[in-house]
Amino acid sequence: MKTISKEYAVQMHGITKKFGTFCALKNVELNVRAGTIHSLLGENGAGKSTLMNVLYGLYQADEGEIYLNGEKVKIKSPSDAIDLGIGMVHQHFMLVERFTVLQNIILGEEKLSRTGILDMKKAKREVEEIAERYGLSIDLDAKICDITVGMQQRVEIIKALYRGANLLILDEPTAVLTPQEIQELIKIMKNLVESGKSIIIITHKLKEIKAASDICTVICRGRYIDTVKVKDVNENQLAALMVGHDVKLVVEKEKAEPGEAVLEVEDLVVDNERGIEAVKGLNLQVRRGEIVGIAGIDGNGQKEFIEALSGFIKARSGVIRMNGREIQNTVPETVLESGISIIPEDRHKRGLVLEFSVIENAVLNKYRKEPFSNRGFLKKAEMEKFAAGLIEECDVRPADCAMTQAGNLSGGNQQKLIIGREVSNDPDLLVAVQPTRGLDVGAIESVHKTLIRERDKGKAILLVSFELDEIMNVSDTIAVIYDGKIQAVYEQGTVDENELGLIMAGGKQHE
Amino acid sequence: MNKIADALKKPVIRILAAILLGLMAAGVILAIAGYPPAASIAALGKGIFSKPKYISNVIIKSTPLIFTGLAVAFAFKTGLFNIGAEGQFIIGCLASTLVGVTVKLPAVLQIPLILITGMAAGAAYGGIIGLLKAKFGIHEVISGIMLNWIALYLSNYVCMLPAFRKGDTNGTDQVSEAGRTLILGAWKKTGEGAAVLKKIPVFGEILLKTDANIGFVIAVLTAVVLAILLKNTIKGFELQAVGYNKYAAEAVGINIRKNILEVMLIAGAVAGLGAALYITGNSPHKVTVLSAFEGMGTNGLGVALIAGSSPIGCIFSGLLFGGLLYGGQALQYEVGAPTEIINITIGTIVFFVAIIQGVPKLLEKYGGRRKGHAE
Repeated sequence: MKTISKEYAVQMHGITKKFGTFCALKNVELNVRAGTIHSLLGENGAGKSTLMNVLYGLYQADEGEIYLNGEKVKIKSPSDAIDLGIGMVHQHFMLVERFTVLQNIILGEEKLSRTGILDMKKAKREVEEIAERYGLSIDLDAKICDITVGMQQRVEIIKALYRGANLLILDEPTAVLTPQEIQELIKIMKNLVESGKSIIIITHKLKEIKAASDICTVICRGRYIDTVKVKDVNENQLAALMVGHDVKLVVEKEKAEPGEAVLEVEDLVVDNERGIEAVKGLNLQVRRGEIVGIAGIDGNGQKEFIEALSGFIKARSGVIRMNGREIQNTVPETVLESGISIIPEDRHKRGLVLEFSVIENAVLNKYRKEPFSNRGFLKKAEMEKFAAGLIEECDVRPADCAMTQAGNLSGGNQQKLIIGREVSNDPDLLVAVQPTRGLDVGAIESVHKTLIRERDKGKAILLVSFELDEIMNVSDTIAVIYDGKIQAVYEQGTVDENELGLIMAGGKQHE
Repeated sequence: MNKIADALKKPVIRILAAILLGLMAAGVILAIAGYPPAASIAALGKGIFSKPKYISNVIIKSTPLIFTGLAVAFAFKTGLFNIGAEGQFIIGCLASTLVGVTVKLPAVLQIPLILITGMAAGAAYGGIIGLLKAKFGIHEVISGIMLNWIALYLSNYVCMLPAFRKGDTNGTDQVSEAGRTLILGAWKKTGEGAAVLKKIPVFGEILLKTDANIGFVIAVLTAVVLAILLKNTIKGFELQAVGYNKYAAEAVGINIRKNILEVMLIAGAVAGLGAALYITGNSPHKVTVLSAFEGMGTNGLGVALIAGSSPIGCIFSGLLFGGLLYGGQALQYEVGAPTEIINITIGTIVFFVAIIQGVPKLLEKYGGRRKGHAE
């Protein structure tokens, strides 16, 4: 191991953590030099979050030592960690939706005036000062529910700084951000390390590791693999370290041979929740045997378009035609019957009933049909048989998960279950919304392969993603959405990232 | 330690432990108040088990609670908190009584008619709650509580109307003999019947001295039907999917609003059926002016909670409630302890049922930490 030294903001040595008989971490090392951005790379379930939770005091390690700035420390709870200057921004933000930004930042660390009353003015001055020092501009009086996800993340960062954090842990910070927001975040992180803070980012996005961090530690299945200088390695090498074998980052596929149109959308107008037009005359066509990717920044009408397509909300005007039949403003049941299957963006909200078993979730879109039910009664044996097949075919892990609650599966395995279920319905049109969000490289590869396999079977695929790389790699046709309209449509390979980025940002309106 | 944790992971053991703890807490409180705890608990046991007629009375007392428990548990399984079971029960009593005193048919028609009326009235009353929620998004607890009060005063008003009021009593006429669901009800009142029954040891006493009725059998059947509905049918699958995650349910094409309405119709029907059987199976077979809620619905909440919302569990927790409430009277005349102790016991049991779920986790954490020190 490295010698204990003051040069390191954190040194974790020989960390072992077991959950029952399962060994989540085995003798893991982590040395974060002060004033650097250190990334922690690993697949889903590799133990990155567990290691960080040990550092943040949420878990106690069974073995191993932690040193902060060369001094041995014991961290028994998050409040210990905060006292020691460690701040953590979780993947799922811990914010009170109805409170303002300022209220959220000071919550639990309120400043009192001499009379014992909450001193919001003083608090505001202090927060403003922090925000200014690190270049984190934000509207302190806005409510959390009214600001973007990127801004909410900024609130979490300021919250940690306000509590005196010198070391920031960011758990999957880019998972929910747009490309522009990611650039902003990288800029903020660089600002922070320049003023002496240290940052650990947990991620499995290789590109961002290259762009943002200085040093990268790789963990695989709970074991320490290596620590490398980021500028000395390329993305393929990092990916190979992470999964333990070579990975193809570019998706391999034949050229598409599109057939007739399956889905036609004409002049669709949809309001958002607040009654403001979000989709403003959208036109789109998806043909048999092609993958159409919708590229765009979050909040340009994708959500409303998909909700209207799904039958959750009504369109104000326009037509959605599926195999020639109009399905706009019907109900979800009609949409499904018309031959559409949807892999939803939010798998916890729309994709699964977490309290139901894997078996029950596996038949969630087909329990009404033969052979899963008969005359109103469920046929459990058929359900089990089908689920067992799905678990095996889609490699849902652990292999004996049939009876467990879907909520106990890891995110990647939940997604495999949903995708397997939707594909097994043999739809004419498969809609995949952010299908690889939060998944690791291995799982992403398998999702992409599934989409292409279905395309080759002659299905129409509609892919909505905020990951430009994914859109450019997987889709045969790229439709760029901005301000509720498809601004441009390209064939794969006829457009580069810069041009797409420009249209996505509204820089160039297509005629 | 971990053995206890594993044992407590089983719901049945958890609930039995909660009951034991509840009784112990009652014992402690009795001791503090100056009553002998062991003798008091013994008196309670005696008041429940010592005579066949006591057991029969416990079952009779339990029957309506099982029904309201089912009305709450079923709705709870599908994500709705049916605090309106009280109102559904009251309306069920009122409707079945009104039909029972005005219609004169032979028993084979009269009894089904009364039971169906009770069910329909309860379903309609529960349906209002479902409709308000499905159409306007009004929370079922708010509308449920308001409708409970409306039911109470509506019942009081209707039973004092000249058309239904009997003489200058504070209630309606009794449901006619043909509409009663007592076992051998008419026959045991005849001299001949009484003479025959006296000769049969246990059942004779039960039939002669208590309002033994068919309600309990129907309660058990209802519980079984609801359990099958939830576990083995498409409808039950959909209802639970909506209960756990209405967004995912919507995404697979389930009509959420329709489901909410259906749940409340079924829950109300169950409460109403319980009410009709209560009227037809228990003296005085009529509706009287109530100064306060009888607590059938609120006790139903407790029954459902202790049963963990399992329909079959409601049979047993209903019996527990009935036993404590009936046997609790013995506390008063045997040791002179106030019957409020029974409410304390029930409250403590519900409390322990709620908190004991976290105990396995605590035990595992505590046990694990001790092992860590040993190393």
